[in-house]
Amino acid sequence: MYSTTGIEASNFVSSFDTAFFSVIGISILLLVGITVLMLYFVFKYNRKKNKVAEHIEGNTKLEIIWTIIPTLLALGMFYFGWAGWHPMKNPPKDGITITTIARMWNFSYLYENGKQSAELVVPVGMPVKLKLISVDVLHSVFIPAFRVKEDIIPGREKIMWFIPQKAGVYDLYCAEYCGLQHSYMSSDLRAIPQEEFDKWYTDTTALASTVDESVPGAAGFVIMKTQGCNACHSSDGSKIIGPSYLGLWGKQHIVVRDGQDVLVTVDSAYIRKSIYEPNAEIVKGYQKGLMQSYDKVISEDDISKIIDYLKTLEE
Amino acid sequence: MSSHSSSPEPSYIEYQGKYKGIFAWILSTDHKRIGMLYLYSIMTFFIIGAVLGLLMKFELIAPGKTVMEPQTYNAFFTLHGILMIFAVVIPGLPAVFGNFLLPIMIGAKDVAFPRLNLFSWYVYVLGIILVVISQFAGEGPPDTGWTFYAPYSFRTAGNMLPAVLGAFVLGFSSILTGLNFIVTMHRMRAPGMGWFKMPLFPWTLYGTAWIQLLATPVVGVTLLMVVAERTLNIGFFDPSLGGDPILYQHLFWIYSHPAVYIMILPAMGAISEIIPTFSRKSIFGYKFMVASTLAIAFVGYFVWGHHMFTSGMSGTALYTFSILTFLVAIPSAIKVFNWISTMHKGSIDMQTPFYWAMAFIFVFMVGGFTGLVLGSLAANVHLHNTHFVVAHFHFIVFGGTGFAFFAAMHYWFPKIYGRMYDTRWANTGLILFFIGFITLYMPMFYLGYMGMPRRYYDYDEVFHGGNIISSMGAWVLIAGVAVIIINLFRSAKHGPKAVADPWGGKTLEWTVPSPPPVENFEEIPTVTKGPYDYSQD
Repeated sequence: MYSTTGIEASNFVSSFDTAFFSVIGISILLLVGITVLMLYFVFKYNRKKNKVAEHIEGNTKLEIIWTIIPTLLALGMFYFGWAGWHPMKNPPKDGITITTIARMWNFSYLYENGKQSAELVVPVGMPVKLKLISVDVLHSVFIPAFRVKEDIIPGREKIMWFIPQKAGVYDLYCAEYCGLQHSYMSSDLRAIPQEEFDKWYTDTTALASTVDESVPGAAGFVIMKTQGCNACHSSDGSKIIGPSYLGLWGKQHIVVRDGQDVLVTVDSAYIRKSIYEPNAEIVKGYQKGLMQSYDKVISEDDISKIIDYLKTLEE
Repeated sequence: MSSHSSSPEPSYIEYQGKYKGIFAWILSTDHKRIGMLYLYSIMTFFIIGAVLGLLMKFELIAPGKTVMEPQTYNAFFTLHGILMIFAVVIPGLPAVFGNFLLPIMIGAKDVAFPRLNLFSWYVYVLGIILVVISQFAGEGPPDTGWTFYAPYSFRTAGNMLPAVLGAFVLGFSSILTGLNFIVTMHRMRAPGMGWFKMPLFPWTLYGTAWIQLLATPVVGVTLLMVVAERTLNIGFFDPSLGGDPILYQHLFWIYSHPAVYIMILPAMGAISEIIPTFSRKSIFGYKFMVASTLAIAFVGYFVWGHHMFTSGMSGTALYTFSILTFLVAIPSAIKVFNWISTMHKGSIDMQTPFYWAMAFIFVFMVGGFTGLVLGSLAANVHLHNTHFVVAHFHFIVFGGTGFAFFAAMHYWFPKIYGRMYDTRWANTGLILFFIGFITLYMPMFYLGYMGMPRRYYDYDEVFHGGNIISSMGAWVLIAGVAVIIINLFRSAKHGPKAVADPWGGKTLEWTVPSPPPVENFEEIPTVTKGPYDYSQD
């Protein structure tokens, strides 16, 4: 049912090309034609050659012709645009569904079997449906190579779909302005053959196997990477959006709570609160309202692993 | 009558009234002086906006940080948008040339409500002051882009409220000007000037005025809702308060799309004046030009959804908006065909304003055709929110309205100042401007097609080449702007004196002295002929 023989990256490339190049082609012809005609008139009827203008007020027949012909052309252009777009709105029943969670400023992908990934891994030749969820502001999934884009609206659940047709690594950008790090909100899309995908997908131990339990904090590091914490918090002391993790554990710093400056010590209770109620206390010098609660996203158990990781970052 | 000719009335520039110095201008209710107040305000903000644009182009010349931090870049494109849209292009031709010329072109001594007219300028200045406050007070300048999209505009710490209120207040200035123009055209046309003897520039101001009057209140209400939401936590648009961000987009574009026609219609009107004058020939298809103006003003209300093809709307809504978008292009096409046909068998005098008009037709066509590309659903899905869109609307708004503004400036300059500019410098400026413009914006179509999203501070290496060319175009463009403005500025003071009708124009403004006297006409003229009647020549 789904052709995978095409060399195009996705099933929507050719319909975009038809719509785009039909309009561009006609437009370039008209643009060149009208410009040349204008230049010809300007030379031919220059005052130096043509001292007296002819008195002409108009021509109704011409007006009707140049109303009807552009209207027909425009309707034709509309048709190609509609025809290419219509299937985008009608996702097939089969295929895999991947929940795409967007937040300032990263994407994370949740598969049906509970597997989480910071990279969008998809099988070639299979319809992929992305269930789009935003936890904060507007974002937009834009995959230029696939010619698809759909905005992500907080409070709404939306679906976009495509069939990857060629294996490869593609860029996926956020295309709806979402604040400071908007231009860094991107992720890789890796389209791989079905068998390879099956192996990747069923390997739910992948997480555990790459984590060497003997290294302290390794599990916590993987959790934070998957959740995209490092988009805003560095591990090397540099200031991005939020405070760095370097030397954070056990440190005393001033936070603003209900407009009051309060001195707190970074302990387990503080870390837990910072993850579940990030806006209750804001470290002095940082902005409020940028981080969303990770309640029900990061479990209590995972928080203790994160704390193990933070302990490794003492200065 | 004879007593007048022995001691001619002073021109509006020389006139000594109650007030002296600057007060003679900022307290004057003379439509010509008010037009000049708008001209100088708009040119000031245009230069600020252009410099911001130039700095943004410096930043984008290479990936990574070049000259500024991301927060600064985000604040720059926000301020660039707010100033250019609300303080420059929307008031633009109607506030400057509409105020100066509308009464003269229809044979009136002033607009219907001269005090309201001056009040509109003060409202405009108040709006600007609020925008300026938003930059320097509070927790840093706004960083939402000129669209203020919810819910980001509720999350950012940036100083949103004054900026939003500023846009709200600027809208009132626009509404009042629109109201004033509508009444003026209905009530004050000279005897004999039926609707179909009115020149085309006033006609486009008429279409524009109705849009200003009917569409601007929508954005006013919307911006007030944002204020209420930010201060009182009433949930209109923010989903965390139970609101809907898509509702915001609908309300915003219900105004802001027709606003594009506020910008472009008077531009088309100015071009429709220039082409007959220099072709020494009546405009081709006058009634079709009028009808297409009204059609654009009317259909322009119903295409806002094409800004939201990927936002989330029913399929029926999407293809309805798409088909209407294609149809709104038809009246613009009719105008282009009529302009070109006006040149046919004319006797064309190649002067600076005519060159500008030709350049306008070219860049406007590029803007229009790429608008069709974006109106096509399948193409839009890929191109939406990329640099393709940025290039398209700069071709329309800066290419269309900007070129027409400079065309109008060079056309009516001798009337306004009573002096002529240096043609050689004027043409040099135009050539630089045109080359810079094309070099700046053409590569952005390609960047967008390749997938570079807009409002990106940083980008992948694949987009580097296009950005280098585009940034270099900005330097040439700015050089052109500088040459044009310096030349006009110098000529306004030192240029040779201009006669009443230096181009051989037929509309009423060319029958009064340059610069026009305070009361415009010694005696209100009686109109017997059409506006572009060259049949006797």
